[in-house]
Amino acid sequence: MAYFDAASTESLHPAAREALVAALDGGWADPQRLYGGARRARLLLDQARAKVAVAFGVRPDETFFTSSGTQAVHLAMLGALSARRRTGRHLVVGAVEHSSVLHTAALHEREGGRVTTVGVDRTGRVDPEEFAAALRPDTALACLQSANHEVGTLQPVAEVAEACRAARVPLFVDAAQSAGRVEVPAGWSLLAASAHKWGGPPGVGVLVIRKNTRWRSPLPEDEREGRRVPGFENVPGAVAAAAALEAYAAEMERDGPRLSALVDRIRERVPRLVEDVEVIGDPVRRLPHLVTFSCLYVEGEALLTELDRLGFAVSSGSSCTADTLRPSHVLEAMGVITHGNVRVSLPRGTSATDVDRFLAVLPGAVARLRRTAGMTTH
Amino acid sequence: MGLRRRRAEREVPREATPPAYTGPMPVLTIDALGRKCPIPIIMLAERIGEVPVGQIIAVQADDVAARTDVPAWCRMKSQDFVREETLPRGWAFHIRRTY
Repeated sequence: MAYFDAASTESLHPAAREALVAALDGGWADPQRLYGGARRARLLLDQARAKVAVAFGVRPDETFFTSSGTQAVHLAMLGALSARRRTGRHLVVGAVEHSSVLHTAALHEREGGRVTTVGVDRTGRVDPEEFAAALRPDTALACLQSANHEVGTLQPVAEVAEACRAARVPLFVDAAQSAGRVEVPAGWSLLAASAHKWGGPPGVGVLVIRKNTRWRSPLPEDEREGRRVPGFENVPGAVAAAAALEAYAAEMERDGPRLSALVDRIRERVPRLVEDVEVIGDPVRRLPHLVTFSCLYVEGEALLTELDRLGFAVSSGSSCTADTLRPSHVLEAMGVITHGNVRVSLPRGTSATDVDRFLAVLPGAVARLRRTAGMTTH
Repeated sequence: MGLRRRRAEREVPREATPPAYTGPMPVLTIDALGRKCPIPIIMLAERIGEVPVGQIIAVQADDVAARTDVPAWCRMKSQDFVREETLPRGWAFHIRRTY
């Protein structure tokens, strides 16, 4: 089975496994206590925090471990909104943000806040000028992903951060899809990431709150993680996440360009091999490992099932694969075909042979499904 | 208040009833109501050849995905998306055959 769904999750990195096992034995004590074992756990946690801080170019005391990327998103947004309530209750979000961001925005709106959604172009990219124009004197927070999770398009974080700085609005960047692979441009105030996307263990997220950023916990008071994240610290998880990030980011310096060339190969060949297909997302300003295309006249779920049968694990933003009946909000906002959608995201070490095998079986799979669906003409 | 007023000024004045559509009418209407995408798109692709070039074909569908997929299909296939008409249930999408 060729695993092409790295955007959902990476398998555990060997460096993470080793660090996790060691920390389960050596870092299980309560890091807030004062005896030897506790101090050891505290030291491991501090070292992990320092490593992650270096990776994001921030200070350790700005870096917090959460129980997931989603929790980091929730805390970043709700905490910033809560702290700036006197400034106003206006929130700006990109139209193709991850559902955790949009659901938090919807909650904010239900509780009386205002939300402006900034649309995207055909490649899924927000226009920095349009984003800047959405900022108002009562804007409490702006949110923009570093890169889109469904189509891989990089967002103009640097330009938007500059506009936010000028308007004195904090910018929250959801870096879940790019962390460990692509550096996030500076200038943001809050950031969220998720360890399992870079080969860390599940159940570990990262929340960064820069100094001079106002933030107030939206949750009941708790003394853990610098009063930012409630609950007993997952020291082994944090240690493994940090070890994975360090190893992964180093590997990606080499492997990133190689994966990007494989993505170019898919981007170039799929439209030649399959009729009536559209490769979507920005061809250049994109994540190195992710490519998405839509095949006309094919049900997304059926294509995924067929590719699974042929030995390929891929994902889809098509409505039919989701629990909801709505099509993917990303594809909808981009104005591209929402059915027959395939997202290929290459994990570390993907072989060119597997990519070529995928390209060899794809045309037949699409043709079979089109015949089954009753397509006779093109 | 200032913000709200500025927003209001940008809004296009709304008429009591939308102006009646006076453009060309479809010569063929396909009923894809109750069918999920991509079926409405497949039906459109299969039957657009039945209308003469320059004439309009309409697809009725109630899968919300069709609102994105029909215009996107027109763009990909260089057909001319004319309009979306709201029906009591779903929408009718009008497409002019260009070739």
